[in-house]
Amino acid sequence: MRLLWNLFWTFARIGVFTFGGGLTMLPMLQAEIVEKNHWADDDELLNYYAIGQCTPGIIAVNTATFIGYKQAGIKGGIVATLGMIFPSLVIISIIAGVLTTFADNVTVQHAFAAVRVAVGAMVVNTVVKMWKSSVKNQMAMVLAIIVFLASMFLPISPIAIVLLGAVCGLVLPSLGKEGKA
Amino acid sequence: MIAGLLLLYYEFFKVGLFAIGGGLATLPFLYDLADKYDWFTQKMVGDMIAISESTPGPIGVNMATYVGFQNYGIIGAIVSTLGLVSPSIIIIILIARFLQSFSDHPVVKRVFSGLRPTVTGLIGAVAVSLVVAEVISSSVYESQGISLAMFQWKAVVLFLILLVATNRYKKHPLFYIAIAAAVGILFQF
Repeated sequence: MRLLWNLFWTFARIGVFTFGGGLTMLPMLQAEIVEKNHWADDDELLNYYAIGQCTPGIIAVNTATFIGYKQAGIKGGIVATLGMIFPSLVIISIIAGVLTTFADNVTVQHAFAAVRVAVGAMVVNTVVKMWKSSVKNQMAMVLAIIVFLASMFLPISPIAIVLLGAVCGLVLPSLGKEGKA
Repeated sequence: MIAGLLLLYYEFFKVGLFAIGGGLATLPFLYDLADKYDWFTQKMVGDMIAISESTPGPIGVNMATYVGFQNYGIIGAIVSTLGLVSPSIIIIILIARFLQSFSDHPVVKRVFSGLRPTVTGLIGAVAVSLVVAEVISSSVYESQGISLAMFQWKAVVLFLILLVATNRYKKHPLFYIAIAAAVGILFQF
């Protein structure tokens, strides 16, 4: 019981101090999981993280489930995950509640119109970074462009596209080769 | 209400199941949901990203919570977030049990060589839609067709400045969001 409690609060703390998720949570994971609780060593942590990256779902959640499961079985996996999402539930619910109250305020609307422009710029930058790290040869480039166009102009669900992308990876081994893009 | 909550759980379960790669991977699916249901508009997806980037916690979880809360209050927030993480819990526990070196498996590597460019293309399409929705006035475009008048020039200028700035200076997203909010109020966006 104490271990489950500890798992919950450790991951709740990690959730509070992780902005944006993804790689930003690694230093926090290292401090809490490796140094403080000794639930994994550095190599194991990176291994869990790698698995979290290539399984469906949010990386942070996947890593939490993995570590929780290793420590305390299925219960541990569930408790660690609940800990990870607990801060988001509290913080976002408060913000959403406040925002709903102010949504019709003209000043708030002006602010958000410009904030959406900033978000657009940041997402474009993220895509450029993703492109550099994940499009490593010409075939991958062709695939990314086809997906982009299909998603922009055809009424096709992203689920179908993701499944097709996975199949492409399976049947086209040259997609994984390093090369010029 | 119960039917609505079940639908929320089911749709976010699917998002959790197919959003692979973290970060903004949930984005194309949320965009799709905005199209399918009246839970939120595609414009609101931009607001959601801003809020998620400025608050702690994984973006996907924050977005699920936000959508759930907007539609069914606290219960909705809990249901959509649980829907999102359910596939993770099931899949990770299976993998932890059977496959120690899952990420090194050749089949997994091949699947990912296809998934990475695919996810990049998907998020790229959302990025373009997000930008177009802000810099082009849909009402002017619909009445006059393609013309210079359809551009929202304030938004175009802000976008270009921020595009260069976010690429050059690695500041926290919150920094740019706060600046944009101030600019939006000052210049009446």
